[in-house]
Amino acid sequence: MSELNNLTIAELSEKLAAGECTSVDIVNDVLASIDSNDGKVGAYLTIDRASALEQAQEADEARAAGKKLPMLGIPIAIKDLLNVKGQPCTCSSKILEGYVAPYDATVISKLREAGAVLLGRVNMDEFAMGSSTENAALGKTSNPWNLAHVPGGSSGGSAACVAADEAIASLGSDTGGSIRQPAAFCGCVGVKPTYGRVSRYGLTAFASSLDQIGPLSKTVKDSALLLEVLCGHDKMDSTSIEMEVPSFGKNLTNDHSLAGMKLGLPKEYFVEGMDPEVEKAVHDAVEHCKSLGAEVVEVSLPHSKYAIAVYYIIATAEASANLARFDGIRYGLRVDGKDPLELYGKTRAAGFGPEVKRRIILGTYVLSSGYYDAYYKRAQKVRTLIRNDFAEVFKQCDAILAPVTPTPAYKLGEKTDDPLKMYLDDILTTPVNLAGNCALSLPCGFSASGLPIGLQIIGDSFAEETILKVGHAYEQTTEWHKLKPKI
Amino acid sequence: MKYEATIGLETHIMQKTQTKMFCACRYEYGAEPNIHVCPVCLGYPGALPVMNEKAIELCCKAGLLLDCKINPYSKWDRKNYFYPDMAKNYQITQADEPLCLGGHLTVEVDGETKTFTLERIHQEENAAKNTHVAGASLVDYNRAGTALMEIVSNPCMHSAADALAYLTALKQIMEYGGISDCNPEKGQIRSDVNVSVRPVGQKELGSKVEIKNMNSFAFIQQAIEYEIDRQTELLENGGSVVQETRGFDSERGETFSQRTKENAHDYRYFPEPDLMPVKISAEQVEQWRSELPELPAQRRVRYVSELGLPEYDAGVLTADKATSDWFELAMQHTQNAKAVSNFIMGEMMRLLSEKEIPISESKVTPEKLAGIIALIDAKTISTGAGKQVFEIVFNDGGDPKAIVEEKGLAQVSDDSALEDWADEAIAANPKPVEEYKAGNAASINFLMGQVMKASRGKANPGAVMQMLKQKLDG
Ligand SMILES: [Zn+2]
Repeated sequence: MSELNNLTIAELSEKLAAGECTSVDIVNDVLASIDSNDGKVGAYLTIDRASALEQAQEADEARAAGKKLPMLGIPIAIKDLLNVKGQPCTCSSKILEGYVAPYDATVISKLREAGAVLLGRVNMDEFAMGSSTENAALGKTSNPWNLAHVPGGSSGGSAACVAADEAIASLGSDTGGSIRQPAAFCGCVGVKPTYGRVSRYGLTAFASSLDQIGPLSKTVKDSALLLEVLCGHDKMDSTSIEMEVPSFGKNLTNDHSLAGMKLGLPKEYFVEGMDPEVEKAVHDAVEHCKSLGAEVVEVSLPHSKYAIAVYYIIATAEASANLARFDGIRYGLRVDGKDPLELYGKTRAAGFGPEVKRRIILGTYVLSSGYYDAYYKRAQKVRTLIRNDFAEVFKQCDAILAPVTPTPAYKLGEKTDDPLKMYLDDILTTPVNLAGNCALSLPCGFSASGLPIGLQIIGDSFAEETILKVGHAYEQTTEWHKLKPKI
Repeated sequence: MKYEATIGLETHIMQKTQTKMFCACRYEYGAEPNIHVCPVCLGYPGALPVMNEKAIELCCKAGLLLDCKINPYSKWDRKNYFYPDMAKNYQITQADEPLCLGGHLTVEVDGETKTFTLERIHQEENAAKNTHVAGASLVDYNRAGTALMEIVSNPCMHSAADALAYLTALKQIMEYGGISDCNPEKGQIRSDVNVSVRPVGQKELGSKVEIKNMNSFAFIQQAIEYEIDRQTELLENGGSVVQETRGFDSERGETFSQRTKENAHDYRYFPEPDLMPVKISAEQVEQWRSELPELPAQRRVRYVSELGLPEYDAGVLTADKATSDWFELAMQHTQNAKAVSNFIMGEMMRLLSEKEIPISESKVTPEKLAGIIALIDAKTISTGAGKQVFEIVFNDGGDPKAIVEEKGLAQVSDDSALEDWADEAIAANPKPVEEYKAGNAASINFLMGQVMKASRGKANPGAVMQMLKQKLDG
């Protein structure tokens, strides 16, 4: 297997620089891989082959002209909720069928400036609402490690395309675990950056105070390289932070010692009903970190148990307003009615899937007069407690080790009839979004049935460098990231 | 039983900002529909609002002009409702932490000085403009997202006259402060009016009726008068007033029911997660305060005390900002305030209203008027000739001095010429001469008129008078 699509950003950058391959070669290999595998995996919603090859050609010309850019000629897949000028942006929803984005999201402009090739748009749960990509209205995605299993979600397509070598890396978004959980299910690396690190301008909002765009990749190093391109203050996003972006990629060295590093193990994160294989894999990873010199201490995040409840109040409340703009007036689907209100009702009834409707109704309810204080306001108070939990823990340690999910990827259709059961799977990822800090997910083992298991490394706000360092050290001294699925 | 009305106003004022409240689009009244739009003000997926700092400054300055307290911490909220005038189907506004708190406005109503108190001023974004045509509704998003502030009065007014005086003063202050042009026809000032009626002596207010979105001050006055009568009559007949929103039919001069309380919106306000709270330091407030312009009331006082103008003149000159600013400019070129005032109140206003143009378009500039006044003061021309020159400049432009020369309007003060005319007048009019000599001083005016006539208005009246007196008294 020497196809270029199997390689990493770091490896391909070296080859490109050495003149051993061209960007057109890489894109051709990626497209060939999509041709042979995506019929089974179903990661992509749309691919603009001509445009991808054209961008690759331009990248090769730029390189020939002496240009040096961090992502020059590297094909990246884009989650279908990021606006790319001239491309569809459906959020895997019928309500946005036909919509063509009139502008570039800030992260897309940054990728273009960095020389990346925008490859195509990958599947997701509709409007990022879900944990299995089964809520997608416009596509069906499978886990490359076992096609009968879910890829996770909502960034299921972003994780599946990277795991199947149908892209070199991808962008996803994480509102309650939507990067980390599919990364864990598909055996790749995913980073949820600190809230405010990456501009949300052009990211179709699900829950504005929780959403963050982040990379999914084959290695921690690649995520670091991509993250470096994505981060930075943007005047178009008032919640993005004015802060220097560290050289995440360069700062990852071959020194894999974790000596002097204190890692916390939250007792609340080994929840009841956790799959023993997941528990064992994570504990083995903890032991491995110790062997690299890290000190491991037990810590407590006592309010984590409320995270699911708080998350599903705040996220749905914000979503109920964020999704109000999809009304059939200016773009996307329109089902006519006798007056505007009827037009809205018919359009939204036809355009939104059941999970989206469920969350809009829930969010509308918790904001209603008479219920606001009991739900939304109280949830905000508990959110502060959850944030304080993390602040306390990060006084004692540099990073937290935890599982990403209670189980490996489950079977397609296994949980679709029980949304509540699916919500509960977010228990280990949502607290980080509520607190606003950063976390990384990377492979740390496999189940007996051959499904990947993820390790979550949680960092303090703006401590991306720390979690990348721990992740890189763990990854480079283990073999998990080298395994490839047979599709 | 006697009844009294209580009135409160929520006045929306469009601020004079270069760009919209949360995006970089311009606003231009009357532009071709939907040309000043972008992903933000059209509510496209992924677009985010960015706060317009200038709007915040103007809102706070409006607050300072109205003696509000500037809130050191204010925040943004989403007000949710589905209607095609709001692209996102929520409006970004300020619910519980507005930019300005309290404040008041002192006005004169029928010779009585009254102070009306404010509850708050908050900043928000404007809605799009909907037009309903046969079988369709059209939306123009040019206005969508423009900077709009809402000034909320307390329920402290009791008559249509109170409300009218309040609105007139508010409009005047906003214009003076450079906050807004407040043109009602352009929708730059619109009010929601709350009216309730209760028996005199009753502590709690009666059921409130809200009349929404009115531009014209005259209609607001009519609507209030109609509502007070309607509600009073209802109560007098033992009925009760329904709390509701009513519209105003300007053709019939009546209000009509639109929406009752049971059908009221639940706006589901919650904090806007896309924007940071607004923090304003005490230093910033002081900086803004130091930049505030002089208000009409302050100008009136100064015109009387420093420039020695009569109260009446000061009132007329300050009634609108454009006139007052024009007067200020003229005063940079002359010391003669009364002459400037006379010209503005007389020739200027007459000619402006004939031509139906604003003072800014007058060809008589402040500097040229000062030039005309200088010619009169130097006795080069008479006041009458000055008015002639004014009208010529007003119609055709030109330099006053050159016009005086060209038209031969300069006064004659030359003794020999005056003497000839005086002698002729005395010789030709023995009767008035006799009467004057007999003690009727006014008779000299007739002789004076004869001299002016002979000189075709060019004789210097002062010099003529002196010459005549010298001859008759001597
Ligand atoms: Zn705009």
